[in-house]
Amino acid sequence: MNVSLDLILAQMMLGLSAGVFYAMLSLGLAIIFGLLNVINFAHGALYMLGAFVALIGHSYIGPWLGYEDFQLGFWPALIVAPLLVGCFGMLLERTMLRRLYQFDHIYGLLLTFGIALMLQGFFTNYFNVSGTPYGGQPESLNGIVNLGFMYFPKFRLFAIVMSIVVCFLTWFVIERTRLGAVLRAGVENPKLVQAFGINVPLMVTLTFGFGVALAALAGVLAAPIYSVSPLMGANLIIVVFAVVVIGGMGSIMGAIVTGLTLGLIQGLTKAIYPPAANTVIFFIMVIVLLVRPAGLFGKE
Amino acid sequence: MNRIFWVLLIGLGLAAPFLIYPVFAMKLLCFALFACAFNLLLGYVGLLSFGHAAFFGGAAYITGHVVKVWGFPPLAGILTGTLFALVLGAIFGKLAIRRQGIYFAMITLALAQIIYFLSLQLEFTGGENGLQGIPRGQLFGVIDLSQPLAMYYTVFAIFMIGFLIIYRAIHSPFGQVLTAIRENEPRAISLGYNVDRFKLMAFILSATLAGTAGATKAIVFQFASLTDVHWPMSGEVVLMTLLGGMGTLFGPVVGATAIVAMYNELSAMGSWINVIIGGIFVVCVLTFRRGIVGELARLLRSRS
Repeated sequence: MNVSLDLILAQMMLGLSAGVFYAMLSLGLAIIFGLLNVINFAHGALYMLGAFVALIGHSYIGPWLGYEDFQLGFWPALIVAPLLVGCFGMLLERTMLRRLYQFDHIYGLLLTFGIALMLQGFFTNYFNVSGTPYGGQPESLNGIVNLGFMYFPKFRLFAIVMSIVVCFLTWFVIERTRLGAVLRAGVENPKLVQAFGINVPLMVTLTFGFGVALAALAGVLAAPIYSVSPLMGANLIIVVFAVVVIGGMGSIMGAIVTGLTLGLIQGLTKAIYPPAANTVIFFIMVIVLLVRPAGLFGKE
Repeated sequence: MNRIFWVLLIGLGLAAPFLIYPVFAMKLLCFALFACAFNLLLGYVGLLSFGHAAFFGGAAYITGHVVKVWGFPPLAGILTGTLFALVLGAIFGKLAIRRQGIYFAMITLALAQIIYFLSLQLEFTGGENGLQGIPRGQLFGVIDLSQPLAMYYTVFAIFMIGFLIIYRAIHSPFGQVLTAIRENEPRAISLGYNVDRFKLMAFILSATLAGTAGATKAIVFQFASLTDVHWPMSGEVVLMTLLGGMGTLFGPVVGATAIVAMYNELSAMGSWINVIIGGIFVVCVLTFRRGIVGELARLLRSRS
């Protein structure tokens, strides 16, 4: 097999830029699961929703409102989309998910699956399934950078750096601050935390909102890279589920590291044996299940 | 109440091709068997598999291939597809029961995605086009299955065999242990039952019969396609079971009928149908967790 080192490095960079999305989504899933014991099947759909906020803000909102010139640019979208989608998530938690905490965990999964189907079906009615390109990439991020072994799109580099910074900020807040300490205590023993005078139901809602906002942020970052499609989240979420099984949901850092590593491995596979690139993560999941069923970072 | 359902099931099953379009009736039966097989796992063991499309669609491809290319007769083709689902079920089951609850759902979903990508990439499946032109052939070499009635009653017989196997499994000591595991797994373990083995056997039985349903569907419709192995199909069978009533014998049949009929009626609505399907999921989970048959049974019980 004749694969040059440059090709491998190039594919690994591309893999890393997919890996940051795995990391951000599995991080959000892990945070939500820790406190709510719910696997959010709608996570992919909410990622898609974030991308659509960016797309609609850039290309559609002006004409809809009657001001042709009005646009929500990429930078404001980075703030607005997570806020909007986060609020939408909190609404879902307050009105629906909350009613299911007393029942078997699978009902939370089924409910969010239904919500995902509704969101995807809704957007499929109005937007092309094969994707609409997002035209709002800021000019300062156009062009390419020379990394020595390849020319890499500046925007992708930005997306990688920004995602990693957001992931580590999240890790810092949860593991190293007082707010995070309260949150971790809530995971261990919600009743006791409540007895200390902390509003646990509010904390649960805000946590869900935050996890969902991370997904929306990932969606905005993905919009200029991949085209925006109603099904973009559906295909991603299954891979992210495999990432979560591999990493185990016990640790925040575990989710981040597993996401990034699996992105790299996927890139490597694309360079060495392209047909397996789609499935390599699932096969790694099988191996992990055989060797270490609780996941690499799991405690069970 | 169960007696009424038995009479209805057999009576309507025998009369169906004279009441409704036979192809539609056969589609109903295939999905009803699929949902019943799924319910064995979700309703009686409490395991939510999100990967049953792999058995349904995978068996459809195998059956299609052996019948079309290797010239197997239809029943041998269906048996081959079923056998494939059995082996696949043993592998998936062995892996997935290593984790509990919600992880189980995610693992089965991810494993099924491997089968989806294989179906997309392997040559014999025809990729995006699917496997087309599978001949229906002749049953036992004499009965021509291109006759709608002959095909229908063959499908009905297959459905009844599958249904009776599930009925026997549920009402046997084996089924009692499964229910015990669903209700209180630690207690079942402390009573000395090898819980993992029972789970695995239930998983294999469920996967096998799901395969039978998919294999039969491939013969009836004469094609196997990616739709049958993709994850929305796994979601659909969950919904059929949930809507009809999980853990009830006849619920999945009712649920499958309702969903298939709904797809048929609303096919003009484009992707709004997905919004409706998602909406039914949400409503079922929030307010209607017993499903149609479960609620009916409760009503009748509270009256008497």
